[in-house]
Amino acid sequence: MTMSSAPDLNIDHVAKLARLALTAEEKARFSQQLGDVLHHIEQLGKVDVTGVEPTAHAFPITNVWADDIARPGLTVETALRNAPAQRDNMIVVPKVVE
Amino acid sequence: MNYEAVIGLEVHIQIKTHSKVFTRVAAGYGQPANTLTDPVVLALPGTLPVMNKAALDAIIKAGLLLGCEIAPVCKWDRKNYFYPDSPKNYQISQYDQPICLGGSVEIELPGPARNVMGEHKRIPLTRIHLEEDVGKLNHFATESLVDYNRAGTPLMEIVSDPAMHSADEAFAYLTSLRATMIYGGISDCDMEKGQLRCDANISIRPVGETKLGTKVELKNLNSISFVRDGIAHEIKRQIAVLERGGTLVQETRDYDGQTGASQSLRSKEMAHDYRYFPDPDLMPVKVDEAWQERLRAECPELPFPKQRRFAESYQLPYTLTSVLVWDRTLADFFESTVKLVGPAKAQAVGNWITNDLLRELGAAHLEIAASKVSPAHIAALIGLFDAGSVLTNAAKEIFIEMFATGDLPGAIADRRGLRAAPTDAGELEQWCRDAIAANAKAVAEFKAGKDSAINAFKGPVMKAAKGKADPKRVDAALRQLLATM
Amino acid sequence: MADELFFKPIAELGALLETKAVSSVELTRAVIARTKAVDGRVRAFNSYDEADAIAQAAASDVRRAAGQARGPLEGIPIGLKDVISVAGQPLTASSKMLANFVSPYDATVTAKLKGAGAVIWGRLNCDEFAMGSSTENSAFGPTVNPWDLTRVPGGSSGGSSAALAAGEAIATLGSDTGGSIRQPAALCGVVGLKPTYGLVSRYGLIAFASSLDQIGPFARTVEDAAIMLEAIAGHDPLDSTSFKADVPDYRAEAKRHQGPWRLGIPKEYFGAGLDPEVNAAVERAIAFYRAQGCEIKEVSLPHTQYCLDTYYIIATAEASSNLARYDGIRYGHRSKEAKDAVDIYFKSRAEGFGPEVKRRIILGTYVLSSGYYDAFYLRAQKVRTLIRQDFLNAYREVDALLTPTSPVPAFKLGEKSDPLALYLCDIYTIGVNLAGLPALSVPCGFTAGGLPIGLQLIGQPFAEANLLAMARVYEQAHDWRLKHPVLP
Ligand SMILES: [Mg+2]
Ligand SMILES: [Zn+2]
Repeated sequence: MTMSSAPDLNIDHVAKLARLALTAEEKARFSQQLGDVLHHIEQLGKVDVTGVEPTAHAFPITNVWADDIARPGLTVETALRNAPAQRDNMIVVPKVVE
Repeated sequence: MNYEAVIGLEVHIQIKTHSKVFTRVAAGYGQPANTLTDPVVLALPGTLPVMNKAALDAIIKAGLLLGCEIAPVCKWDRKNYFYPDSPKNYQISQYDQPICLGGSVEIELPGPARNVMGEHKRIPLTRIHLEEDVGKLNHFATESLVDYNRAGTPLMEIVSDPAMHSADEAFAYLTSLRATMIYGGISDCDMEKGQLRCDANISIRPVGETKLGTKVELKNLNSISFVRDGIAHEIKRQIAVLERGGTLVQETRDYDGQTGASQSLRSKEMAHDYRYFPDPDLMPVKVDEAWQERLRAECPELPFPKQRRFAESYQLPYTLTSVLVWDRTLADFFESTVKLVGPAKAQAVGNWITNDLLRELGAAHLEIAASKVSPAHIAALIGLFDAGSVLTNAAKEIFIEMFATGDLPGAIADRRGLRAAPTDAGELEQWCRDAIAANAKAVAEFKAGKDSAINAFKGPVMKAAKGKADPKRVDAALRQLLATM
Repeated sequence: MADELFFKPIAELGALLETKAVSSVELTRAVIARTKAVDGRVRAFNSYDEADAIAQAAASDVRRAAGQARGPLEGIPIGLKDVISVAGQPLTASSKMLANFVSPYDATVTAKLKGAGAVIWGRLNCDEFAMGSSTENSAFGPTVNPWDLTRVPGGSSGGSSAALAAGEAIATLGSDTGGSIRQPAALCGVVGLKPTYGLVSRYGLIAFASSLDQIGPFARTVEDAAIMLEAIAGHDPLDSTSFKADVPDYRAEAKRHQGPWRLGIPKEYFGAGLDPEVNAAVERAIAFYRAQGCEIKEVSLPHTQYCLDTYYIIATAEASSNLARYDGIRYGHRSKEAKDAVDIYFKSRAEGFGPEVKRRIILGTYVLSSGYYDAFYLRAQKVRTLIRQDFLNAYREVDALLTPTSPVPAFKLGEKSDPLALYLCDIYTIGVNLAGLPALSVPCGFTAGGLPIGLQLIGQPFAEANLLAMARVYEQAHDWRLKHPVLP
């Protein structure tokens, strides 16, 4: 496997977008590993895709919906059962600065 | 230098449905915290979205009402960003293939006076798309509490072109848009309940310049008058900055309606990159002609076209049409009544509704739907009045009682003795003779050609009749007697 | 005999239960006992609820006694990969992120299995969030291959294949995004079926890559796989990508069709990197089908070389978004170090996710980010169209394709530490996911060292019945299924 860096991969920026705190060691390792992968992926550029429609779904079904009939949901107790912190039937997070 | 403002509005309107947009738990306002959730709303592991047909119907209808082009195919995209009110940390929205394109909102600018119609124009729309609402954060000193009841409520985003040039235009745009959505039954648009929310993009440029100036986004305009005040304030602020020789920065500002001041929101340390991509969990929607036709048939006549029709068909003045058309129930009430009494009486109907009915409803804090007075009541009252059975003051009294009790006007007139006196012709003639005999000066004036002199006899006649004589019969009797003299 | 109950196929156990020679409680106890005896070494389970399983089995016995048995799965203990939701039970995705999460609802497949009378038994280990091909990426430690405890069971559904091979369940469910059912089935010597995309509901399956994920069964025999598939397939209004197709009687259909079939051999699947022993076993299987009168035809899937790249772009992009919900706000791991709301995201996710998950989230975020979307994601979606067309073109000439499932038999734990080397394990399986096709892996022999080898059959959309029939003809003529690993 060739080692290559991905000059375009700004690991700090991408990690920020992904909301992942990476250690310096992780940044270095991921940059190098993803560089390899991105280098490999470059060959996709060789495929002629002129006039080819993108596939978003394996089968082109349309108009899948349900009628507007309300059904009971979760009780508050069940809804908050897995919450790391709660108060007054709400989820607690440290103050969000807008 | 003279500046021109350029304003575009982004309006979010909650669609009125029973269940949420991508799951079937109930949607609603004012419920105890976190009682309107299910695994999908909370984005629990493994959950998947399923579209709500009614939300699609509603947005297509909104598009038809605003003259948009309905896309034959639209799809769903994920808008990726992290925020504690967003359970999946992406919002299902529509990016490059929204459901409605183009269209416009007709607006009326303020006229030279309150009772004079102002200029009409159309504000073009860029697009309307469907998305999901987020939950609600309640901020406290050191922490925020999250309630997901609102999360997943169907939300329509209506984006205008940057085509407005004053706070008044923006105000008129929102007023008209809001009325249109309420008319279509799409939303109640209650801004206090967050059912309609508005952000404004504002820039200024020297008059004559075609390039757009630096854009400022104004947020939290949470009432229609705050929208007007906030925009007016922002235009002034921008002009002041430029006049001072300063430069404007592209930013988001928060307008405080209470203090009338705005402040820059700390520019988020992270640039936005929403990484839109087609949602693999949802299938595209194809809207065919038949679907559109079915919804078109459900579309009501909108306020401005209705106002033009009322003016033409019923010869109503602007003072009446401008009051009657903005509430669909009121306009329907008006037309139901006109149907009972005939179009020739439309103005009388309009007067009863806009003066008496609205006054009483206002005093009683009632909606028209809760009114005990029906079109049949008003039609009956107009009938009594036209037949001379009740006189103006009596009719007004009857109306008030009719409003309070819901009884028919005839019954009230009888019960309260408000019918015009059933004067026999001989008695009336005698009162008229007495009045003429008592005022020779007026007789001479009348004979000399001063028609208004006849009024001098009417007072004494009415007094003799204790106010219950039909003025038209009194007038006729007096003329007949005077002619023979 | 009772001590061997756990190695019997569903069909045989059904007969024993029906004649009341064995009760579901006895069967379940046998499976529990076997699990307790061997799982310390195999480590296939993340958790199990013994009392709950016995209670389900007892309820099944009551139903049967009342003449209300619900079908072939009545009373049969089934293990589920720990990415499939069971109401009131832990659901971890083998991640620290969800180590303490208890799901309040049943996945559609869980509800269907319960409706079929099955005993839901245990949560099976996997690569964290199903990302991997060896089950080494589990936050709770790797599962090992029962045939050789120094080797991997394959992945990501390695717990599901290993548990079945070791007799710790009668059948299991896994999920397959790029080969995660078929490859571990091959490496553990069991049958694994990845259904056509849309045949089995994904509601309640922790999403890795939504447009590729499918739940499918692991079973001892092809007939058992048919029984399992029939129980879990069918349209689900809770999954918008679920297909409105009829569910045939797969078990009967698989027996009814006897061939001969036209079988395609994609030449791109027999190149460099294919282990000679695997190649030889697959060649013998091809010779078998030819001898059965099948027409064997070489076909070409010209875009095969682009499958891996296409897959890694699409799968990681979708994953980066699907895994955004794991933020420590409403549920899951919340960092104790976080000072503010923004910090909760960065630290909780850093602490909660393992390296492979982080790597894929970073790659997926990158390929979707501003300025790269067209070059990566959109282009990959277009190449995906070409890959799909390759398969559909081949199906003009043949009924199904025949390939190795994995280029190599089970490898040593830690042997493939380079992510790209590990990604290459999926080269024969990912095309199927990109094209949304059904495919199964059936045992086709052993290496000289005693490691199982799998044969992959790839079918036309919704032609699972055909695929099961083809596999059954091969299976019935061989006795690979009768061999079981001997656990030291
Ligand atoms: Mg938003
Ligand atoms: Zn929006």
